Amino acid sequence: MDALSWGEIILRILWQFMPVWIALVVTFALSMRFRRHLGLYGKLFDSPIGMIGYGMVMFWVFTGIFGGAFDMIVTHGVLEQSATMKNKGPGTPFSQLMGTPDPNAYPFYLLGGDNLGRDVFSRMVVGAWEVIKIAPFASLFAFMVGITLGLPSGYYGGRLDTVLSFFANLILAFPVILLFYLLVTPEIVLTGIPVYMAAVLFVFPIVFLVLLWNSRYHTQPSRRNLYVGVTLVIGLWLYLGIAWDADPLGLVSFPPNLLVVFVAVVFVNSPTVFRIVRGLTMDIKTRDYVAAAQTRGERPWYIMLWEILPNARGPLLVDFCLRIGYTTILLGTLGFFGLGLSPESPDWGSTINEGRKLLSLYLHPALPPAFALLSLVLGLNLLADGLREESLRD
Amino acid sequence: MAMFILRRVGVMILTALCLTFIVFFLTNLYPNLEKLAKTQGNFRMTDEEVASYLGRNGYLQPMPVKYGQWLGVVPGFVIEDQDGVTRGHCISQDTSPEDAPRFCGILQGDWGYSTVFKEDVGHIVGEKLALTGKLMFWVMLLMVPSALILGVLAGMREGSRTDRTLSTVAITTTATPEYVSGVLFIAVFASSAVGLKWFKGTATSAADGATFENFFLPVLTIALYGMGYIARMTRASMAEVMTAQYIRTARLKGVSFPNIVVKHALRNALIAPFTVIMLQFPWLLNGVVIVETLFNYKGFGWTLVQAAGNNDIELLLGVSVISVIVVLVTQLISDIGYVYLNPRISVT
Amino acid sequence: MAKPDYDGPILEIENLSISFFTRLREIPAVMDFSVSVRPGEAVGLVGESGCGKSTVALGVMQDLGVNGRIVGGSVRFKGRDLGEMSSAELRHIRGNEIAMIYQEPMASLNPAMRVGRQLIEVPMIHEGVSEAEARARALEVVRDVKLPDPERILKSYPHQLSGGQQQRIVIAMALMSKPSLLILDEPTTALDVTVEAAVVDLVKGLGEKYGTSMLFISHNLGLVLETCDRICVMYSGEAVETGSVTDVFDKMQHPYTQALFRSIPLPGADKNSRPLKAIPGNFPLPHERPKGCNFGPRCDYFRGGLCDAGDIRMAAIEGDDRHFTRCARFAEIDWHAPIEKSDTTEATAPGKVVLKMDKLKKYYEVAANALFGGGGGTKVVKANETLSFEARESETLAIVGESGCGKSTFAKVLMGLETATEGQILLDNRNIEKTPIEARDTQTVADVQMVFQNPFDTLNPSMTVGRQIMRALEVFGIGASDEERQAEMMRLLDLVKLPREFADRMPRQLSGGQKQRVGIARAFAGGARIVVADEPVSALDVSVQAAVTDLLMEIQRKQKTTLLFISHDLSIVRYLSDRVMVMYLGHVVELGTTDQVFSPPYHPYTEALLSAVPIADTSVEKRHIVLEGDVPSAMNPPPGCPFQTRCRWKSEVPGGLCETEVPPVRDLAPGHQVKCHLSQGMLDRMEPVIKIAAE
Repeated sequence: MDALSWGEIILRILWQFMPVWIALVVTFALSMRFRRHLGLYGKLFDSPIGMIGYGMVMFWVFTGIFGGAFDMIVTHGVLEQSATMKNKGPGTPFSQLMGTPDPNAYPFYLLGGDNLGRDVFSRMVVGAWEVIKIAPFASLFAFMVGITLGLPSGYYGGRLDTVLSFFANLILAFPVILLFYLLVTPEIVLTGIPVYMAAVLFVFPIVFLVLLWNSRYHTQPSRRNLYVGVTLVIGLWLYLGIAWDADPLGLVSFPPNLLVVFVAVVFVNSPTVFRIVRGLTMDIKTRDYVAAAQTRGERPWYIMLWEILPNARGPLLVDFCLRIGYTTILLGTLGFFGLGLSPESPDWGSTINEGRKLLSLYLHPALPPAFALLSLVLGLNLLADGLREESLRD
Repeated sequence: MAMFILRRVGVMILTALCLTFIVFFLTNLYPNLEKLAKTQGNFRMTDEEVASYLGRNGYLQPMPVKYGQWLGVVPGFVIEDQDGVTRGHCISQDTSPEDAPRFCGILQGDWGYSTVFKEDVGHIVGEKLALTGKLMFWVMLLMVPSALILGVLAGMREGSRTDRTLSTVAITTTATPEYVSGVLFIAVFASSAVGLKWFKGTATSAADGATFENFFLPVLTIALYGMGYIARMTRASMAEVMTAQYIRTARLKGVSFPNIVVKHALRNALIAPFTVIMLQFPWLLNGVVIVETLFNYKGFGWTLVQAAGNNDIELLLGVSVISVIVVLVTQLISDIGYVYLNPRISVT
Repeated sequence: MAKPDYDGPILEIENLSISFFTRLREIPAVMDFSVSVRPGEAVGLVGESGCGKSTVALGVMQDLGVNGRIVGGSVRFKGRDLGEMSSAELRHIRGNEIAMIYQEPMASLNPAMRVGRQLIEVPMIHEGVSEAEARARALEVVRDVKLPDPERILKSYPHQLSGGQQQRIVIAMALMSKPSLLILDEPTTALDVTVEAAVVDLVKGLGEKYGTSMLFISHNLGLVLETCDRICVMYSGEAVETGSVTDVFDKMQHPYTQALFRSIPLPGADKNSRPLKAIPGNFPLPHERPKGCNFGPRCDYFRGGLCDAGDIRMAAIEGDDRHFTRCARFAEIDWHAPIEKSDTTEATAPGKVVLKMDKLKKYYEVAANALFGGGGGTKVVKANETLSFEARESETLAIVGESGCGKSTFAKVLMGLETATEGQILLDNRNIEKTPIEARDTQTVADVQMVFQNPFDTLNPSMTVGRQIMRALEVFGIGASDEERQAEMMRLLDLVKLPREFADRMPRQLSGGQKQRVGIARAFAGGARIVVADEPVSALDVSVQAAVTDLLMEIQRKQKTTLLFISHDLSIVRYLSDRVMVMYLGHVVELGTTDQVFSPPYHPYTEALLSAVPIADTSVEKRHIVLEGDVPSAMNPPPGCPFQTRCRWKSEVPGGLCETEVPPVRDLAPGHQVKCHLSQGMLDRMEPVIKIAAE
């Protein structure tokens, strides 16, 4: 069989992505149709920049879900090696040194093979899943931590603020990479420090939700008890499973090496979120509606969570998008230095790192993941820009 | 003003102590020490042998005591071994136990000994810092002016075509981490596969003599990522200033547009980015580590990777101390500079 | 450069139309607007917010931003069409021949540039004079605007000056090139009343001295009466009436002008016997303007088929000098018909004492250097000094004072957001001065509630109106179930006369007045017995003010509420309050019934305050008292009497007593207290500030 021409490669790649295109078209059609009823999300479709960004982000989200979770787009297994395919260029027909190739196997390496003879295209697709399943959640957790600490810091000020800000600045003064090198090593995992950190960091979402319900419904104890009870049961169950790997039902667990990556990323992001929330709180707490809440005797947490936080949502949402992008970059950095994730992992950072070693001879193993990462982060930044623009309007 | 600086310096020293203690704590955890013992002795040591090795070398003392010794505020330990050899924190091969000083730590200028480079940590760090300083100098020289120009041009007419174009450029560069842009640059400008071969893909030779050919790519790679960020900050700040009432006052006073930008808007618009530029240092350090690894430039960042990768505890500590101090000093400068730049803050 | 001689009108605006363009639609901001300003003439432009008066000013300056465009008509300055000028020509005119003064003095000065530099820039650009010459001119002009120590002022940054001084600098900047036209856009709105009076006085004097024509934009009819020769009333983008000030004030020919005058509290209005008449309905949004007369839907004289048939042109009033009106029926309306008696009410007698303050003191300790903390030790700010008064059931007690007088601190202490330093607050004879709000029981909290000043800030923007009232009900423990509270919430909406559909609206869909009504509903959710209203109407438009004030009065009458009405506006205070307390720098300087306070003998500060408030009535004669300088900072109050730095009576007190001793509280009449050193004889000799000329 001959190698494919570039035109054929592009057509075949576009074809492989068919599920993603369908999902994108459906998403956009529905969103455009109902955009006047969808609040800020709907307004996003008024801004070309925001739409482009959203499209790029959703492309990788769908790619990650379909390719990584449902095994749809990928052409070859991400760990399958074929000695004859080592460093072969894009469009090379698939062959194996030993044994007859599976007749059902996809007949080409669309973007070539890497230095171990693995399919670059499939690894890029599954790499998206590696990002999608960590970055948004890590950012979310960082937000929970940052919000739960930033609100009281900005609201009360004084000594509490001084102490919390000192700790935040402490972490911020740490060069991120040094922190990774210190935290994300097998030796540290042995000492159990990441588990303790996870134990502390993962408490915050539960605390956040309990405070949220309690402050809102403390006037109606029956409803309060229900919400708080449900939150505590589910929260503690997940907490035991994720942080301590001690789920009594044995359903929830988290791979230890992933846990350390997750914890490190949350840890690095939280202080920045803290500072943003603190600043916004200090601004919003001077408004009259906060004074009105105080004069009718609302408790501080109600004011922070229900009067201040909802009105800070615009800037926080924008920062959330940027932060997912930044987390993606951090994950790439970890992969690039071979920290945390297994060396075979198809994540973009690791693939770029492997590809760069032979860069002066072969471009194809390093460039696809590089462009993938670039486009996802760019998409997130454009999305954030669009959101910022639209939330400032009217 | 003196009071203000004094307070800031006090906080800075406290921060530095905390941070170095954290680093010290993390590097001196038992699994790390065990690995150290095995690399220094042999890999088939039993647990008892490891423990005795560590005990002999003072690694099993309580953490705060060890930290104090390393810092130089607690007298170095002295341990009489079973075999009659006296070992101590301050006793090296060529000094006798009697002549050894009581204190030897960072404060006394004794930074320890690198197990990888077989050299004094102080010496290595100094040398590497100079190399990275060179890199940073060019990065700043390229990054700061171009970022400010980009930001000011984009921000002075918000929403214009220039603004849209420049903003997109800025967003793209912030979305491109160093390990992506570096790889792209090497692929396009240095690899034989594309064949442009304008620049060199490694900067190892730049340590001895930097040329445009071997140094431009690493400098550009670091500068680009930071540039977008600063440019966006400058743009936002500039755009905000341009809508301020006093700009309208100036316009309706008959000041021409170039004069409005230069005389009225610029100083106000630069207050915010100034802080950002200074706070970029911890970020730049990241870029330095990535780029020095990518281009094989044997500077400070490269040393950090070597030290961390090879469990070279004392070197890693030395590197951490320096990076923490660099970050804190720039923060201090940024605080003081901010006060000078912004007339609204008076410190008297 | 010599300015060419020209003797026609300085500014002629003819049929000007200005629109702003958004992505969705064109929004006409100004339509068919004509006015002319002759040399030396001052023309006032009056209207409510959103009526397009500031847009006219920007249109004259040809500075409408990227979205705004002149879509019709012309603006001629000294006979030359500004719209056809090149940007270089415009630049030459701006700042040189037309200068502008803005609302926010702090925002209109460059914070990072010394004041001197900002001033000397003007002649250097326009006349190419040397820096030394420009500096000399700046010194002269700074002296002209009566700023002390001009050399020092020129060297300082804007933030080092007080608000009044900043506004004087902005005025100086406008006068640097001796312009022939000065546009003033609400130049005193951000200033305190007594400072405002001084600035207005200054502008008038300088206008005469420099022979400058003025276009004075304001929402305050009284201010226009004091400063202008001619007036132009705007409504919803159109001029509805123009003419000389006396013609328009005394012989108005447009229903809107008439309604406007009937809705502002002039001397003689009284909440019981002569209540204000609010204009019904709301100001139309630019894209919801009705066909025909914009004021039609709210007009008492509206006649279908005539008023909503088509565009209405300006028509001249015969016999008057350049007096025009935009009303289809002006000739048929009997403008002298007596005001329809709206429902007068019986004055309710004050009941028992519910709130008693006794020698209340509130001191704050602040770090001397707020930004960097510590180091400089702390300073004590005496926000309230020995405050004593009683308030009775269904009584309105007004608390009057300018910024820094301690009225907000007093409110905070009463509400329990702060605790008192000394003295006591008795609510139904229970001490609450040391009980912070968290420690108060629900009933106490519900009893003492507050209505806030800024309608745009008083409601949480991300919660529906109904939800916010419901929350107050929940907190006050009213209603056993959500359904009961829902019903109660609807009842509250009825109480404040808002349609029930508003329960599901978000605050941004409401106008300022409607938001303020929701704020009132929320305050009364727990059946409040004492309501602190902190300038509840000062941020609202004149026509809405009356309606909101009336609502407060009505609820008060129904529920026998004690109203503590904080305000700086003496007109409205005279209209609605039973007793008045005047505060200055934390001290109560005068306390008495409304009649006692508004007639002599006065405290010298009350006297100045009364004189400072502009009154939109040509029959009122006012004595002219202008205070020197600004209100001192509460951080650094003067020794002795707090008012001694600005008091014009100080020389009448022997021995420099005012500078050394805080005056004792004296009873002049039963219930009338004054804190002043002046002898009884001097006080007795005081003349009334306001005299209503006999008709």
